[in-house]
Amino acid sequence: MAINGVFSRFKMLDKNEGVNNLSPFTDSHEVHVLAVDDSLVDRKVIERLLKITSCKVTAVESGRRALQILGFDEEKTSVGFDGFKVDLIITDYFMPGMTGYELLKKIKGSSNFREIPVVIMSSENVLARIDRCLEEGAEDFIVKPVKLSDVRRLKSYMFGENRIHTQDREFNKRKIDVSLSPSSDEVMSNQSSPSISPRSFSSSPTSHSPTFLDSHIRRLKTSNHD
Amino acid sequence: MEVDQLQRSFLEYTNSLFRFLDGQFGQLQLLQDESNPEFVFEVVSLFFEDSERILNDLTLALDQQNVDFKKIDAHVHQFKGSSSSIGAQRVRNACIAFRNFCEGQNVEACRRCLQQVKQEYLLVKTKLEALLRLEQQILAAGGVIPMLDS
Repeated sequence: MAINGVFSRFKMLDKNEGVNNLSPFTDSHEVHVLAVDDSLVDRKVIERLLKITSCKVTAVESGRRALQILGFDEEKTSVGFDGFKVDLIITDYFMPGMTGYELLKKIKGSSNFREIPVVIMSSENVLARIDRCLEEGAEDFIVKPVKLSDVRRLKSYMFGENRIHTQDREFNKRKIDVSLSPSSDEVMSNQSSPSISPRSFSSSPTSHSPTFLDSHIRRLKTSNHD
Repeated sequence: MEVDQLQRSFLEYTNSLFRFLDGQFGQLQLLQDESNPEFVFEVVSLFFEDSERILNDLTLALDQQNVDFKKIDAHVHQFKGSSSSIGAQRVRNACIAFRNFCEGQNVEACRRCLQQVKQEYLLVKTKLEALLRLEQQILAAGGVIPMLDS
């Protein structure tokens, strides 16, 4: 499988050091987030939210611009693609031109870029929309307006020491190559931990939560067939 | 004026704004610190600029022979978003009502909605400007802007 520049650091660490280890994102490496939002005000806010949680931020106003800056159109399949590296893309759903959903599909449809986690933000808490995004491979779905606690939680479960979530994806991908140790099986069965964002459902009855988790787990299972 | 007095006035004034500004405004205050002491001012200024642009676009759009309701809805959606990000809840609510009328495609009703949104915007603008002025006064008197209870 093609190893692109983006997550190579992650993969290397997993290979050598196993499951429950230090995040590569301490001290030496700042998490670099690409934020996409057509709203000037929201871009300013999300940028600050990310910076205050010690992320490096690049904020752009459209999906097209995001793809451009990623070097999407100049997709180089060779190993040493020295492009603009991001650890996470956070995008608004509703944008003129290319929606966040369309951007998500482009990213997940690309062998070079699909490893980059994508988080969708939307002011509308529509279950069908959330499901659709998760099905397409979005990591999470945050209901706007975005709060500091949303960003902190996101950063912590994605890039913190308990990054069970992201490691699972790695494991699912490499299940064929790597034999799972018992500890990693535990990690996988703990998938339904509350670390998955319940933000969108904070005001909804609990009947919504199972759907969210179901589609999430469904997505993880299907990624086994890589 | 003494810093204490200014800070008290600031807190009192902020509390009186609860009808106009919701918890999200408090979130913005949280993001302001020594490394970014003008953050709230900057966001609010952006909001003013953005809002005025949207209001102009809406006025123009509703003045057309053939009103493009889709376009209007998109503008209102944008305004709803930015007002929500600032915590301007009355503006946001006015936008929600506006969008409902857009669906009905009734030009007169939409024009009334626009007036309503404009009014709410001007109200919150006045409040925010007063708040920012108080902040400036506190800083000028050598004080720090008190943190609000969320």
